[in-house]
Amino acid sequence: MIYKKECLAMLLAGGQGSRLYALTNKIAKPAVPFGGKYRIIDFTLSNCINSQIDTVGVLTQYQPLLLNEYIGNGQPWDLDRLYGGAFILQPYQAKESSDWYSGTANAIYQNLHFIDRYNPNNVLILSGDHIYKMDYSKMLAFHNNSKADITIAVIDVQPSEASRFGIMTVDNQNNITQFAEKPKNPTSTLASMGIYIFNAQVLRKYLKEDEENPTSTKDFGKDIIPKMLKDKAVMKAYPFSGYWKDVGTLDSLWEANMDLLGDKPAFDLSEGSWKIHSRNQLQPPQSIGGNATIKNALISGGCEIDGEVYSSIIGNDVIIKKGAVVRDSILFDGVVVESDAVVEYSIIDENVTVSNKAKVGEAKTSAKGITVVGRGIQIGAKTVIKAGSIVEKDM
Amino acid sequence: MNAVGIIFSNMHDNNVPELTRSRTMASVPFGGRYRMIDFALSNMVNSHISKVGVITRNNYQSLMDHLGSGKDWDLARKNGGLIILPPFGDEGSTTLYKSRLEALKGVSAFIDRSTEEYVILSDSDNICNIDIEKIFKYHMDNQADITVVCKTDNIEDGTCRVVTGYKCDKNNCITDVCSPLGAVGKATVGINLYVIKRTLLASLIRDAAARGESSFELDIIGKNLDKLKIIAYEHDGVFFIISNMQKYLECNLAMLDKKVRDELFNLPYRAIYTKVKDSPPTRYTNNAKVINSFIADGCEIDGMVENSIIFRDVKISKGSEVRNSVIMQNTYIGSNSSLNYCVTDKNVVVRSGRTLSGCEIQPYFLIKNSLL
Repeated sequence: MIYKKECLAMLLAGGQGSRLYALTNKIAKPAVPFGGKYRIIDFTLSNCINSQIDTVGVLTQYQPLLLNEYIGNGQPWDLDRLYGGAFILQPYQAKESSDWYSGTANAIYQNLHFIDRYNPNNVLILSGDHIYKMDYSKMLAFHNNSKADITIAVIDVQPSEASRFGIMTVDNQNNITQFAEKPKNPTSTLASMGIYIFNAQVLRKYLKEDEENPTSTKDFGKDIIPKMLKDKAVMKAYPFSGYWKDVGTLDSLWEANMDLLGDKPAFDLSEGSWKIHSRNQLQPPQSIGGNATIKNALISGGCEIDGEVYSSIIGNDVIIKKGAVVRDSILFDGVVVESDAVVEYSIIDENVTVSNKAKVGEAKTSAKGITVVGRGIQIGAKTVIKAGSIVEKDM
Repeated sequence: MNAVGIIFSNMHDNNVPELTRSRTMASVPFGGRYRMIDFALSNMVNSHISKVGVITRNNYQSLMDHLGSGKDWDLARKNGGLIILPPFGDEGSTTLYKSRLEALKGVSAFIDRSTEEYVILSDSDNICNIDIEKIFKYHMDNQADITVVCKTDNIEDGTCRVVTGYKCDKNNCITDVCSPLGAVGKATVGINLYVIKRTLLASLIRDAAARGESSFELDIIGKNLDKLKIIAYEHDGVFFIISNMQKYLECNLAMLDKKVRDELFNLPYRAIYTKVKDSPPTRYTNNAKVINSFIADGCEIDGMVENSIIFRDVKISKGSEVRNSVIMQNTYIGSNSSLNYCVTDKNVVVRSGRTLSGCEIQPYFLIKNSLL
């Protein structure tokens, strides 16, 4: 229905995710599969619609094709709307001054016309590469009540981890008094989650100013927020407590997937009524054979499992044949593990075939690192892939 | 194929009355994640039929909830799409229609208003994956007036009471109709899928109504064997007739056979579509022990499952054992319980320490929302 939008979301999904190596050779990080049947972006998109934000601009840039096709008209997330909905916003050619997005702030700046079309009161800036469930409407209510220029969602992190994040210092009324990007000696443990709610007019003002500043790196965390602090803008920190994981490295992606397992998972997908929606669910139920052993695993639709699966996350349409062993691993859609093959502590991309008696990776306890096999690769019979390898061609 | 589809959702409700107490035969859950009508609907959509009328008679709330706008079958369209056809009686009529013919009479307006040249009639309990385009080509190549899709098989007791038998000559022209078949043994039976020209169907219905006739098989087909070219098309693939609760269990358990699965679910460009529910993937704990089973999304398996069909969002607790059973959506099996040859309807709760056992020819059935 046509009414003035309270808040519109801009989802930054253009990053390359270079620390995911082979997994992001052909797709953007937010399109990387997660939890068997999802893609990383499903979490932020679902959070939006569950928080009644029905207008989401998804800013893509690096290898956007799969992401664009996956999002489509937004229908799986209820984002195919009469007024609003999901929109892919890619860099475009224009008569003057347009270019590839040169930073997070520049990406939003180049799409101000999209925001203007809906003329919302507030703009929610999100990134598409975190795993978490969050009700943004609560943060919005907090922001509106505080009459803030910007509200930044923050989460308490371990002191040992603090220097990896943008750290906020706040007073007892949640006003942000200090901000340091990846500080060597952090003065607090409140980390920025990269989730900002801006008053729309304030956002517009700062983006325009920043665009005119030739020394700016066009980044929210490095440029816009420090400038707002300097100008003594009304900046509030919104504390979030709950599961939140950045999945930008192979280790963190693996850990976050494993957090879905266990007798009491750290992140229980089936808990509560906050549904995570996704596209492509045409598979029949999974079929478990007479020789299968499955312990501590998440298995998606259409799979044919006749081998052994331990502590692993299995995507759609995966075939694990009799005698095969998969342990501590993540298999994306369409992977085939032939008889007597062994896959340990690995991330196997879509449609890979691991042939008979091949051995990919090593036991987690002794392995040097996670083994990654890229999309569509064929691993020949009896081939041994050492732990920590990144396989990008047939072996 | 210039055809409109019509699906009957309440035919054979009486086959499995335990399951159709509060739902149509069309919305009876099957195969872990489907409802019966998904097969008939998907078959139509896969053959590029983009307009389908679903005739309903009673208890069709859950069917309407399942079908929605038809978008899960790509039938939420501006042109054509899915149309639900609730009962429509003449002025003064107080009873719902009883037969296929009466149902068609009730949707005469839909048939008349359609512009497609042909009509594909289908029941909603056809468990099969069938290429309707191939049947249509056969119909056209043979210049038939009506094509009746059949299957020759060994018909058991129970089933013989609910199927229609056909006899054909060597040109596949139907020479005799026997409804119900009534006798066990090898026979050619209709799978309740027909191809007929729309205008012919409309006039046959009008004539039959004018004569007070009531059976599609005996009157429309049986009485016109000499006047029209009515031929049989033999479907040689997998086809399940759910004639009673025993057959319901048996046909569900057939999903455990890879050959059956491949024929129903793995044919290229002929997927079976169903309503999407966004359940998370099924989680197996360290106590899980699963052998030879067919398990849908959203489940939590903490116990033992053998030779069973487990629907969505089922929880099987530690120490429990489920064998040879069909466990429908949202059922909770408490710890240390044992189920053997059971069929549990939706939302059943079986608390800890229960032992429930049926046998192959008489499964133990728990109705929807039971609490044990």
